[in-house]
Amino acid sequence: MRLSGRGVKCVRGGREVFSGLDFEVASGEVLAITGHNGSGKTSLLRLVAGLLTPAEGTIALDGGEAELTLAEQTHYLGHRDALKPALSVLENLSFWRNFLGGEAFDADVSLKAVGLDHAAHLPAAYLSAGQRRRLSLARLLAVRRPVWLLDEPTAALDAAGQDLFSGLMRDHVVQGGLIVAATHGPLGIEARELRMGGTR
Amino acid sequence: MTPLTALIRRDIRIALRVGGGALIGVLFFLSVVVLMPFAVGPDLKLLARLGPAILWLGALLASLLTLDRLFAADHEDGSLDLIVMSRTPLELACAAKAMAHWIAAGLPLIIATPVLGLLLNLDGLSTSAVALTLLAGTPALTFTGMIGAALAVTLHRGGLLLAVLVLPLSIPVLIFGVAASEAAISGPQTFGAPFSILCALSLISFVVGPFAAAASLRQGLD
Repeated sequence: MRLSGRGVKCVRGGREVFSGLDFEVASGEVLAITGHNGSGKTSLLRLVAGLLTPAEGTIALDGGEAELTLAEQTHYLGHRDALKPALSVLENLSFWRNFLGGEAFDADVSLKAVGLDHAAHLPAAYLSAGQRRRLSLARLLAVRRPVWLLDEPTAALDAAGQDLFSGLMRDHVVQGGLIVAATHGPLGIEARELRMGGTR
Repeated sequence: MTPLTALIRRDIRIALRVGGGALIGVLFFLSVVVLMPFAVGPDLKLLARLGPAILWLGALLASLLTLDRLFAADHEDGSLDLIVMSRTPLELACAAKAMAHWIAAGLPLIIATPVLGLLLNLDGLSTSAVALTLLAGTPALTFTGMIGAALAVTLHRGGLLLAVLVLPLSIPVLIFGVAASEAAISGPQTFGAPFSILCALSLISFVVGPFAAAASLRQGLD
């Protein structure tokens, strides 16, 4: 499986964010996108996720499931955590597990894997920022998707959480998945770097 | 559980919990209708004549009240991105969200109608006629209102814009809803004709609403 972009150009609000961008990630690899604020890291992830359309160029996944689009084979972990404060931790996770579709795993097991099993019936409104992040990570485990797009995945996580997350990424890569992560800090896993920007 | 039932169950749950919109609509409906006899005065005949129109106006405004949160809440917390990316077609997801909204916010209005009918001096037959027209007509309000909610999704405080966008679309529903209720109460024309048109309006909105809403959501994703 290979995710590649050719000559990708991104325009937001009439302003060119980047252009002529080439990248390639094969299964088993991690691509770390780095660059200063506003260099287009999040925009690139949203382009890959199909939430934005490139002004020029193409982004394609070769060797995935033929009937599914790239977005349908992708997990997107953005800044916003897609959690409903009124629902409990387990209800939040079970909803995404049922709604996203595809091969799914037990929600309780995924909660245990991110260390939230003790809080399963707590409303998500009472979670701390780090716990919310862990709950978002549980979503990646509950439903299998080969491509992970992660935007600042380690933000708000404590040291133990970062270790746990590196472990989860390693497992995903070993199982043949691929990861594109926008990050400022170290990911705790071997990654190729794609440096964005240069011109402000 | 299929993706769509999961979505419907989640939205109903959120609406019924603390801070959800389900009760707000009913309370608003209640206060509008309760105030009306005080404003119009104690003329029972006049109240009975205005009754269906008052109930319909109350239901229309109450269903608009909570509609602006239909997509805005999901947009703010990032859920909408995941819904767009999921393996469920966005049109079906929109229809499921509108259905959940109607069950949580529209159905309670219809259940409250018999009680409110008493306040407006409507007899049993008239009240059931109004309730029946509301049952047939409020889905059209939700499904056309959904288009406005999708257009206003990226705007903070989009509620007023939503009302301006949606009210013209809901005028036909209002006309035929009130016409059918009055036909059942006082005649002279038959109940069937306006009621069939009301049902037709609902059916049209079931088809047009989800597609229009999905298209404007995709457009506004930026």
